[in-house]
Amino acid sequence: MRHILSLLLENEAGALSRVSGLFSARGFNIESLTVAPTEDPTISRMTLVTSGSDEIIEQITKHLNKLVDVIKVIDLSESKHIERELMLIKVHAKGTAREEIKRLNDIFRGRIIDVTDSTYTVEMTGTGDKLDAFIGSLDEKEILEVVRSGVSGISRGEKAI
Amino acid sequence: MGKSKEILRGAEIFIRSLKDEGVKHLFGYPGGAVLHIYDELYKQTDIEHILVRHEQGAAHAADGYARATGKPGVVLVTSGPGVTNTVTGIATAYMDSIPLVVFSGQVPTKLIGNDAFQEVDAVGITRPCVKHNFLVKDVKELASTIKKAFYVAMSGRPGPVLVDIPKDVTADSCEYEYPETVDMRSYRPVVKGHPGQIRRAAELILSANKPMIYSGGGVILSEASEELIEFTRYLGYPITNTLMGLGGYPATDKQFIGMLGMHGTYEANMAMHHCDVLIAIGARFDDRVTGDLEKFCPYAKIIHIDVDPSSISKNVPVDIPIVGDVKHVLKDLNAILRDHKSKPDAAAIKPWWDQIKEWQGIDCLKYDRKSKIIKPQYVVEKLYELTKGDAYVTSDVGQHQMWAAQFYKFDKPRRWINSGGLGTMGFGLPAAMGVKKAFPDAIVACITGEASLVMCIQELSTCLQYGLPVKIINLNNRYMGMVRQWQEFFYAGRYSHSYMDALPDFVKLAESFGHVVMLVDKTSDVEGALKEALAMKDKLVLMDFITDQTENVYPMIASGKGQHEMHLSPERELA
Repeated sequence: MRHILSLLLENEAGALSRVSGLFSARGFNIESLTVAPTEDPTISRMTLVTSGSDEIIEQITKHLNKLVDVIKVIDLSESKHIERELMLIKVHAKGTAREEIKRLNDIFRGRIIDVTDSTYTVEMTGTGDKLDAFIGSLDEKEILEVVRSGVSGISRGEKAI
Repeated sequence: MGKSKEILRGAEIFIRSLKDEGVKHLFGYPGGAVLHIYDELYKQTDIEHILVRHEQGAAHAADGYARATGKPGVVLVTSGPGVTNTVTGIATAYMDSIPLVVFSGQVPTKLIGNDAFQEVDAVGITRPCVKHNFLVKDVKELASTIKKAFYVAMSGRPGPVLVDIPKDVTADSCEYEYPETVDMRSYRPVVKGHPGQIRRAAELILSANKPMIYSGGGVILSEASEELIEFTRYLGYPITNTLMGLGGYPATDKQFIGMLGMHGTYEANMAMHHCDVLIAIGARFDDRVTGDLEKFCPYAKIIHIDVDPSSISKNVPVDIPIVGDVKHVLKDLNAILRDHKSKPDAAAIKPWWDQIKEWQGIDCLKYDRKSKIIKPQYVVEKLYELTKGDAYVTSDVGQHQMWAAQFYKFDKPRRWINSGGLGTMGFGLPAAMGVKKAFPDAIVACITGEASLVMCIQELSTCLQYGLPVKIINLNNRYMGMVRQWQEFFYAGRYSHSYMDALPDFVKLAESFGHVVMLVDKTSDVEGALKEALAMKDKLVLMDFITDQTENVYPMIASGKGQHEMHLSPERELA
């Protein structure tokens, strides 16, 4: 099963490699991983999407907690949460396709943030499924490049990490 | 200490910090990146530096020192090859949760990343085999990082910590102040166990009809032998120790039924298999202990006490987990048991003890005591008798290690020093050296084999320089015995690269290093040789015992088998 883990860790050189090294050394999966400093510049927040049985997720959580640089770990998927991913996608936009892509972009509530006479660059946020659906609605041949941030997540309501 | 406002250079801060930390011995080897530090070492006498002959030896010696004393072992090496040579030693300590603090020199901060001479990414290379590591980029952080390194190494589940120090940091100056305490928001190990869980455990323990106590290295690391003895004796339950836990409970006690696992006793493994309540204390359900997990303890409810939450339910699902320091948890558990309205019922568990005694009757460690060719087990038994079980015994890895574990009865913790987790050949001699440095008046014996011994043989030179008269018991069968044993059993006797052609003449070898040596090739000479060697208190003696080449370690659980599927010996198969 897919899990979204949210971590607070010391914003120190090497902290990221301790986390990624743990996953490779113990054969755990990483689907995506995003990390950036928080409002406190000494602390980074990481969102990590992984999958595995309950036993494996328990081990992942325990091993993350054991890392000396990790301050806190929560499993967002255990309760109500919001997840968002940012995508930047550059597509060919010529002839009839140009108008069609604009319409699709409106339907998916994206923003066209760069325009040339032959391309559009679209910025879109949403769940991974939504971004997948947008990519699926385009003609594969028209896609020039796709950049996805990986999932960021936060719990709903008053609960905070 | 503490409030000092002196301005010191990094190298001076390094030495002062170690002194303030109470470090007395430092195992190391100099080189370019640590020359400022070595210059400061030269100017003082409080810390004794032991110059090894290879950095691997420094790590193992510090490790042996730590295992025997319970204090952190401290290593100082240079950058590049200096630190890469310690990696085997660091990984050895990591697998057995031994507190080491390894200081490595690094190229100056400006050159980091430039492929400078003797540069290596020490933090990157060691990351998977340390509890934590640090790169000190500013002299102002040096003292506080050293304090943190010792704190992390020693607290919680102990382990090795590496501190990488660029050369310019040792030349720069700042105010010196060694912190008195450490507070790390990201690292707060649990000490006390959850009271509710301990109460639940007590209920289950008292309800058992076929109880079994399985204790490991955690008992020794947390200095919990006394509490374990109280616990076990109060209950009257049988107990087994893991390879790492030997000495945690006295081996000569009647409730002790031997080591468990691949080469454990028949009775210990059978009792594990058939028990109804298993009490695991500071042990980690290692694959060499459990055998096939599908067949492991099929009838038991399991209680697991461990300081490391990630050890719990890692290999075997546990019914009552208790996260906490073994010593604290056992203290609390003992108090609850004593106050409990139910008392241990010796009559209820008598049938269980009768069954265990029947298994013991098989005498699974039997070997041919009349053999004229020296049996390795016999040498270990004689050493045990002559030292009255009170020696510090280090070992390397392989058959001799198992025989040492089976035939030397350890009654005290910290006497048995071996590489259990990583299985590092070459560990025994340097580890013995570290133990001898810590306890100059104690008997320190290194039980080894000729293949392991030559892996760190250069340390004979260190032993001479620092007067470390350890006794080396070389069980020389001219084979990598354990490899040969597996090839005999599982590869139809195709002894691929497991024999030791062109062995050195150990007599000449040890003499050339300036030590005493004895060549022993008759069973009747074994006891005399050992006595003579032990009497030479200030001499390192290498005893080269020419042993039976065909001897195998029994009993044995082959990989993939269950604990109840033991193999006794070719002559003695069980139904």
